[in-house]
Amino acid sequence: MTTTSRSKSPAASPLPQRLRQLASHSFVNISLVFWATLVILPMIWLVYSSFKTDQEIFFEPWALPATLQWDNFERAWVSAYIGRYFVNSLRVVIPSLVLTLALSSMTAYILARFKFPGNRVLFYLFMAGMLFPIFLALVPLFFLAKELALLNSFLGLTLVYTAYSLPFTIFFLTGFFKTLPSELHEAALIDGANEYQVFFRVMLPLAQPGLVAMGIFNFLGMWNQYILPLVLMSERENYVLPQGLSFLLHQQYYKSDWSALFAALTIIMIPTLVVYVIFQSQIQKGVTVGALKG
Amino acid sequence: MIANANNVWTAFKKKKYHIIIPFTLPSLALFLVFVVYPYGQAMYYSLTKWRGLTPKPTYIGLANFEKLLGDAFFWNALKHNLIYLAGIPVITIVIALYLAFLLTHGKARFRKFYRITFFFPQVMSLVAIGVLWSFIYHPTIGILSSIATMLGAPGPIAWLGNPDVALGAVGTVVIWQAVGFFVVLFMAGMDSIPESYYEAATIDGATRWDLFWRITLPLLWDTIRTALVFLAIGATNMFAITQTMTQGGPNRSTDVLSTYVYERAFLSGKFGYATAVAVAMFLLAFVLSLLTMLATRRDSLEY
Repeated sequence: MTTTSRSKSPAASPLPQRLRQLASHSFVNISLVFWATLVILPMIWLVYSSFKTDQEIFFEPWALPATLQWDNFERAWVSAYIGRYFVNSLRVVIPSLVLTLALSSMTAYILARFKFPGNRVLFYLFMAGMLFPIFLALVPLFFLAKELALLNSFLGLTLVYTAYSLPFTIFFLTGFFKTLPSELHEAALIDGANEYQVFFRVMLPLAQPGLVAMGIFNFLGMWNQYILPLVLMSERENYVLPQGLSFLLHQQYYKSDWSALFAALTIIMIPTLVVYVIFQSQIQKGVTVGALKG
Repeated sequence: MIANANNVWTAFKKKKYHIIIPFTLPSLALFLVFVVYPYGQAMYYSLTKWRGLTPKPTYIGLANFEKLLGDAFFWNALKHNLIYLAGIPVITIVIALYLAFLLTHGKARFRKFYRITFFFPQVMSLVAIGVLWSFIYHPTIGILSSIATMLGAPGPIAWLGNPDVALGAVGTVVIWQAVGFFVVLFMAGMDSIPESYYEAATIDGATRWDLFWRITLPLLWDTIRTALVFLAIGATNMFAITQTMTQGGPNRSTDVLSTYVYERAFLSGKFGYATAVAVAMFLLAFVLSLLTMLATRRDSLEY
């Protein structure tokens, strides 16, 4: 059915039209190749530059490395603490993600499935959390964390990440639970399951695609989060990855070790790239659901 | 009232509350403590003078907002947000629509490869992107400067060190990283437009240009609106990229409201005033999304 327009064979068309088709076809390709180059070229340059010496980086920005400087990566991982920042990021993001998905799925399930006075109020209260920019909360949040002794604490950052991820995750999952057939719920109850069993054994497994989408969406948001740790994690040994990377860049103005910084960025980018290419279609779906928010 | 209480009671008898309470209370508690309470407090802090040294802020009414009106740094930061707002959303959407349309209707090969490539900057953190582009823009180690020299520029150009070009340089990076996201979003929208519309129009002799203006654009309008709001809100923030690349400099030429809030609060210790700036920032984002929605409103086309 889609071939109707294409089946007009070019050979049958008069010559000027064929030329025009050819021109427009190469125009299409040039545009696409141009943007792809714009995206890929900086990455390629970054990766091969991270194998160069500082001298080479400074005096021949385009040149390939004469010999591969593997110790740039060692310096980045160990002396520049990228390894440590990486572990710190995991220490915050993994528990935050688990907590966010657990709490949101439970609450979303209740909001989607149970009628009780206050259901709508609760739903819109959570939704109101999406209305405000995080910058408005920064100062109070800092002093709240200070009072609760949650500054420079992985627990503190975990609770804050989770709290700010709840509104959208609950919004999304509530919609998701609503699409599941209610007959299943009733059938399971008749079969003698209690409400908890219905949730954990029947509903949660069915909600898996929604949980995956929210897992990806929140993982990226948390892994790349910058302003919250900047305000709540002031000890350098507790820095998370984006914070540590930004610190390294600003440190270069005093202490030049550009090659280690290039290597640090490569270390951060390569795993992202590999995971992205493997899971790209789920990731693209998971990230673009965020546009629903607008 | 009584009916309500009865409802609660019957519900409780049905044991529903045995699950409702434990399933909602933890989320609610966390949300109230770390989200609702700080936002509420922010409204109060914006009416106070507080350097964080005394245990309690001093209430000063609207004095912070009066000061705001005469604060040249505030207007300077706001101006930069408005410049981003005028440039970034429109340019990003035009490029993304163009690329998405080519990928959907241009009969290009390697469609999947392009989509994956274009989207990639979206999964990198803005800090990583900021660092990468700080390298690229760097006057001596960067590749852009040597391209400019090859094209005849007199000497190395400090893209981020020159107040006249720094703002544009930062904005360009944001467009670079945002385009892919909207290409994917628009492609999804374009794929859901029935192929038969295009076929019918093609038989009637429509060019690809006609197809875009007469079919794709009108039917994609709701997605484009969403994109506009999304990008407009982004342009009122700009924190991570600015803080990483320039920290608002040189000479405040890339300062935006978010970096100004951060600087006033956490570097100058003016917590009350910084919160007032944040309130202004919130109002800007709020009014903007409202205006965008109103200005782009038209009857949704059904198909």
